[in-house]
Amino acid sequence: MQGSLFARNPSLPIFLCLLVAFTVAVTLLSEGMGAGLISTSFVKTLGKTLCLCLAALAMDLVWGYTGILSLGHFAFFGLGGYMIGMWLMYERTREIVVASVADAPIPPTGQEIVDAIGNQIFGVVGSSDFPLIWAFADSLVLQLALVVLVPGVLALVFGWLAFRSRVTGVYLSILTQAMTLALALYLFQNDNGLRGNNGLSGLQNLPGVEAPQALVSVWFLWASALALGLGYLLAAWMVSGKFGSVLRGIRDNEARVRFLGYSVEVYKLAIFTLTACITGIAGALYYPQAGIINPAEITPIASIYLAVWVAIGGRGRLYGAVIGATFVSLVSSWFTGGQAPDVPLGFYTVKWVDWWLIVLGLSFVFVTLFAPKGIGGLFDLLARAKSPDRHGADLGPDQGSLREREASE
Amino acid sequence: MSTLLEVSGVSVSFDGFRAINNLSFQIAEAELRAIIGPNGAGKTTFMDIVTGKTKPDEGRIIWGGRNRSLLAMSEARIAREGIGRKFQKPTVFEDQTVQENLLMALKNPRGPLAVLFYRPTGRDLERVRAQADQIGLAGHLDRKSGELSHGQKQWLEIGMLLAQDPRLLLVDEPAAGMTPQEREQTTDILVNASRTRAVVVVEHDMEFVRRLNCKVTVLHEGSVLAEGSLDHVTANQAVVDVYLGR
Repeated sequence: MQGSLFARNPSLPIFLCLLVAFTVAVTLLSEGMGAGLISTSFVKTLGKTLCLCLAALAMDLVWGYTGILSLGHFAFFGLGGYMIGMWLMYERTREIVVASVADAPIPPTGQEIVDAIGNQIFGVVGSSDFPLIWAFADSLVLQLALVVLVPGVLALVFGWLAFRSRVTGVYLSILTQAMTLALALYLFQNDNGLRGNNGLSGLQNLPGVEAPQALVSVWFLWASALALGLGYLLAAWMVSGKFGSVLRGIRDNEARVRFLGYSVEVYKLAIFTLTACITGIAGALYYPQAGIINPAEITPIASIYLAVWVAIGGRGRLYGAVIGATFVSLVSSWFTGGQAPDVPLGFYTVKWVDWWLIVLGLSFVFVTLFAPKGIGGLFDLLARAKSPDRHGADLGPDQGSLREREASE
Repeated sequence: MSTLLEVSGVSVSFDGFRAINNLSFQIAEAELRAIIGPNGAGKTTFMDIVTGKTKPDEGRIIWGGRNRSLLAMSEARIAREGIGRKFQKPTVFEDQTVQENLLMALKNPRGPLAVLFYRPTGRDLERVRAQADQIGLAGHLDRKSGELSHGQKQWLEIGMLLAQDPRLLLVDEPAAGMTPQEREQTTDILVNASRTRAVVVVEHDMEFVRRLNCKVTVLHEGSVLAEGSLDHVTANQAVVDVYLGR
């Protein structure tokens, strides 16, 4: 626990250097600013991947370190996206409306412009009035605050109810699944004010920015890299000290922590809410690069993906989450993007678009059974770090605790 | 000597089974006490009640000089009030080093913000070293506690309790699974601790209780059957019938 932050986290400087090198390399090879060897759409894919890494980092804090298997964190990701999406869509539509009436003989009143914007945005769901939740949509500052506040408040209320009743383990996972499912079902309705299953679209167009997408994509790559770097720094700082000790203690033996005088519920609530806010920020950076957000993004499967990334990358270590999210999401987009060649077997042709999920599922099972440390465990082989030999006993009695074979450092 | 903890008229039942039945119990500051009794006598339930894990159906639990009731407090609050508890099975944080275990237990502010910004001071590290020395783990500070032997884990847990600087220490079967030498050292640790604070030891092993050389409370079917020196209670016919005679 002593020494500087970097001395306590040897992986931190390495990670930050790699992140900077990656960002510089992509910038130099991009269409917008460099050699043009990387297409704009792939720059966006890379930028989105960085956002997913940030979300996985949050998931690792809440699951890998604290042992709360939340299967609802993608709801916070989606909410962050919706919050920034509302401003992007409003401002963009306002620009278009104002431009279209600029030549009108009678200048329109403010109310007429707002009505026209409403018509444009909500016409698709048969409405034209702005619902209450769009009250701040014309203010970038307020919507940016909501990116953090809405996921944070939802997590705070949900966590307070769940942790206060001492819901743990698989029951908590089911509750979080129910939360994200309920939110998705609500958002699917057309009359909720967020355009139902159409979602918010055109988010890649930044209002007031004339620059081509090739350039905008690089800016977002930078922003995502900065957010990931800062998130990693914050997470490393938090888990390296006594706070991290307490979190890991809660994961491995909640009762012991409680009898040491720590309010376990308060700690769980704090980390749950904080990671919800981080995930919300990741979502707010992701969806402008994706261009569209709709309720299908936050269906329960999305949150399960998040857990799979962390498990495959190696839970309980920060770089594990980043590796897992990068590796799985990039491989996933390769397989499902139609780039992977089909495998003709004579009697049957394996199309990866159909079979990729099966491969992912199997690799999740194999990692869990045979390499519980995940990909991150390979670094232990390099560093020859040895786990304590405990003759097969688990590290703690709690459901979220690490099994012996996962423990390391 | 003033009373530190007073339990009076406490009862609790689980699904109709009366685990604790009108139990009354007192302990003074700086006293060593052993609780014995057959299986199901309510020893562990008694500890659960004092530490807030189980809420009693009736009765009062009065704590400290200011006569505060423990009934409305959470487990964590009770622990911060100065009641430390050792579990039957050694429970230390096996993924963390001995030093991290002790630092976590060390008496310091427990709130999330205070903990987040906490950095160990030289004085804290000195206290950790002294504590480790007292429990015979001075040379193991940087080892993961999961690697320690069973007996060492038991000591580490006792050391963590002492690092909390509690006024009352509840210890559940500390000598279980220990070698004779380890038992002897455990006795020393507990007797030493009881010079400055109250220590309650729940134990099955008569030989161990004899070595503690303290007042003994015999529990049976959830209430106190006898109390006094070990020789006094073992001479009691009722005690012989329910416990020793079997």
